[in-house]
Amino acid sequence: MQRIGVFVCWCGSNIAATVDVEAVANALAMEPGVVISTNYQYMCSQAGQEMIQNAIREHKLTGIVVCSCSPRMHEATFRKTAQQAGLNPYMVEIANIREQCSWVHKDKLTGTEKAIILGRAAIAKVHLNAPLTAGQSPVTKRALVIGGGIAGIQTALDIADAGFEVDIVEKKPTIGGKMSQIDKTFPTLDCAACILTPKMVDVAQNEKIKIYSYSEVEAVKGFVGNFHVTIRKKARYVDETKCTGCGLCTEKCPQKKVPNEFNLGLDTRRAIYIPFAQAIPKVATIDADYCSMLKSGKCGVCSKVCTAGAIDYKQTDQLIEQEYGAIVVATGFNPISMDKFDEFAYSKSPDVVTSLEYERLMNAAGPTGGTLLRPSDKTHPHTIVFVQCVGSRCDSSEKGKSYCSKICCMYTAKHAMLTREKYPDTEVYVFYIDVRTPGKNFDEFYRRAVEDYDVHYVKGMVGKVTPENGKLKVQASDLLGGRQMHIDADMVVLAAAIEPDKSARPLATMLTASMDTNDFFTEAHPKLRPVESPTAGIFLSGACQGPKDIPETVAQAGAAASKVIGLLAKDNLTCNPCVAKSDEMMCNGCSACEKVCPYGAITYMDKEFRGPNRTTLIRRVASVNPAVCQGCGACTVACPSGAMDLQGFSNSQIMAEVDAICK
Amino acid sequence: MEFSYFPGCTLKTKGKELDISARACAQALGFTLDELKDWQCCGAVYPQATDEIATRLSSVRALVAARDKGQELVTLCSACHHVIKRVNGDLANREDIRSKVNAYLKLDTPYEGETSVLHYLEVLRDRVGFDNIAAAVKNPLTGKKIGAYYGCLLLRPGKEMQMDDPENPTILEDFIRALGADPVYYAQRNECCGGYQTLENKPQAQKRATSVVDNAAACGAEMLITACPLCLYNLTQNAENPLPVKYFTELLAQALGLE
Repeated sequence: MQRIGVFVCWCGSNIAATVDVEAVANALAMEPGVVISTNYQYMCSQAGQEMIQNAIREHKLTGIVVCSCSPRMHEATFRKTAQQAGLNPYMVEIANIREQCSWVHKDKLTGTEKAIILGRAAIAKVHLNAPLTAGQSPVTKRALVIGGGIAGIQTALDIADAGFEVDIVEKKPTIGGKMSQIDKTFPTLDCAACILTPKMVDVAQNEKIKIYSYSEVEAVKGFVGNFHVTIRKKARYVDETKCTGCGLCTEKCPQKKVPNEFNLGLDTRRAIYIPFAQAIPKVATIDADYCSMLKSGKCGVCSKVCTAGAIDYKQTDQLIEQEYGAIVVATGFNPISMDKFDEFAYSKSPDVVTSLEYERLMNAAGPTGGTLLRPSDKTHPHTIVFVQCVGSRCDSSEKGKSYCSKICCMYTAKHAMLTREKYPDTEVYVFYIDVRTPGKNFDEFYRRAVEDYDVHYVKGMVGKVTPENGKLKVQASDLLGGRQMHIDADMVVLAAAIEPDKSARPLATMLTASMDTNDFFTEAHPKLRPVESPTAGIFLSGACQGPKDIPETVAQAGAAASKVIGLLAKDNLTCNPCVAKSDEMMCNGCSACEKVCPYGAITYMDKEFRGPNRTTLIRRVASVNPAVCQGCGACTVACPSGAMDLQGFSNSQIMAEVDAICK
Repeated sequence: MEFSYFPGCTLKTKGKELDISARACAQALGFTLDELKDWQCCGAVYPQATDEIATRLSSVRALVAARDKGQELVTLCSACHHVIKRVNGDLANREDIRSKVNAYLKLDTPYEGETSVLHYLEVLRDRVGFDNIAAAVKNPLTGKKIGAYYGCLLLRPGKEMQMDDPENPTILEDFIRALGADPVYYAQRNECCGGYQTLENKPQAQKRATSVVDNAAACGAEMLITACPLCLYNLTQNAENPLPVKYFTELLAQALGLE
């Protein structure tokens, strides 16, 4: 029999006004096993805690029940109190008589009755509590950042700055991400390359940072502090250690007709290429889909011209195994496909472009050298129509996305303004549902487009774009003017909604990190833990978590880095002992628990058991890794044989509570 | 293959060619259109008032007749198809309409939208198959540049009509290709021809028809095909520089050598 102490808190008048605390203490004193039951004004205060500690020593208590506020508030406090008095902290139970009782009831009789019942339930549970000891697991002091865009770059730099090793895995041949394709950034209009490329160089030069470019994460095993990751380094057919990035091969390669993805297919590149001048690492890559040497064994020009002897047609994919303590996801975004939006004639006319394509057309390092020319006939466009919210704020059951893509209002204002600035003879129309410009200096920026640059902002949507005789006939509604508009445009620019990168979904499965219906990674708490995944040791950086502009991305990247640093600074992690445990004698090896475990904490192993008459038999049984288990309890419900139980919240403890309540 | 068939008023008067050619082609392609007895006008316009019951009743009667024969219901005219298919959806999905309609009609077996409504084009694509049509063509229309004109009613709303992508359809283009001709893609092919305005606001109808035909011509179309009698009338009568417009079934009959 346990020796239980009950401590009823008044919480000033928070509890005492609706609950007769004296009556509760008296009633609970009559419960079996209770050797002392008392009440006090503020149990969490120094005096209150001392009262508990004294009672533990004096009455040789083996368990205590504190009837007070939510365990989220002070469970940790009272556990510590008990521990200091020599009691195992997991022998403390909280009966929540504030949030779940006094605050929701008005009638003192009802409140008192309910408080007594809640206290009884806690006492019933303490009878079945067993002392638990938290384990420790060591932390590998190295972080992995998946994705080398501005989010991944910033996170890696910040982690490295704190003295920890970081690896960046980037699937493209260079880091830099979307920001490297952007011309200028809002609201300051400074050049994206000028602020990004120094950071890329910092990454390359930082001794603590290793870049795995043209590589992908193949498999992730392990748990917080102890991840084991397999990285596939794709064959680029160029020896990175020898290539000097001189670019001679990219000039001599005879295969000239490869669509250049860096310019979104607006021009072509060679089969061997360096994505752009400031690429990091500045190393050539052979595109195996187009290289005639790799396809048919005929050519070999690049190998002949390479003075460094870096070309290696026999290179194969390499698998790299590495241990990490923390993983940061920074997989970013892409504009959605315009396939389902043919009313805008994107597939029918080259002069209908997405905003990212327009960005390249305006970029001095782009396919037109920064001169704005129509893709169809390379002439200067005189009328340009911008369409916002293409696929954003849509009925997602039909096409597009239900959410606001957040960045489009601002970059469209930027495009409109820059176009008017550079080409004042161009008429610019922007069609919008709403203009959303919250952010520092954002609305001022948009007002400048309207007031100083005479951009025609029209509230309403474009219904149809008809390519005819070299023009784009735009049919639209002007909702404020209550009229139809017909514009003969030279170019139409679509602000396509953004969505998470396609690699995010399989990655989330590997990491057992949760995602929302749009494939954005879910944060542990939308307000209070915005850069952590609910899965321990996985952190979120940038647009993989939701649409974000550059300043927000950089802020989140830094926040994610600080969480990683906090984790890596520890030598050991204290585990939560309230985790699942399988009774091997009862486990029948069915795998039901393994299938429901969202954290990958359960594995199966063949174990030797002693049978009758000195025989041994081998049975397949479940085993829980206490460092990975988050104590959700899903497995305990799924287990058909009742072998799986949650320590501290066992089935028998829960049932005892229910019985006490229903008595 | 035997289908219940709802021709609709226009196909008995101004749009006879659509009815006659469709029946002839059906016979040639091996399926039968079994005209419903005592069918009534579909009402021509899907009622926009959500509590309007009376104008839905004639469609329900046709749907019930097909169900009682155990057949799928085939339509030809875009407007009839639009109205009947959507009313069928209402009966399947909207409890308020279903209960009111059934309370009024007092059927032996209440109707709950169980009839499947097919457009003739869907029969060609999904039951006969465009490959088989291509094989049955006797006079291939090789080299002919033909624009498909969908109009507004045939495909929209996409969720309810479920025939093709309303913004980038291919069914008529695939059909044209099956007959050996070259489909001409032009942006206005799924825009409204303005037909509903032809009595109320003729200049508006003229403007719409002109923009459709001009866009098709600019993209190289020599002629247009449609499934809608109202579109055919409007495009031929109201466009400034009209192109020849035919029913898709007439083109099919021609290719099958049924003239």
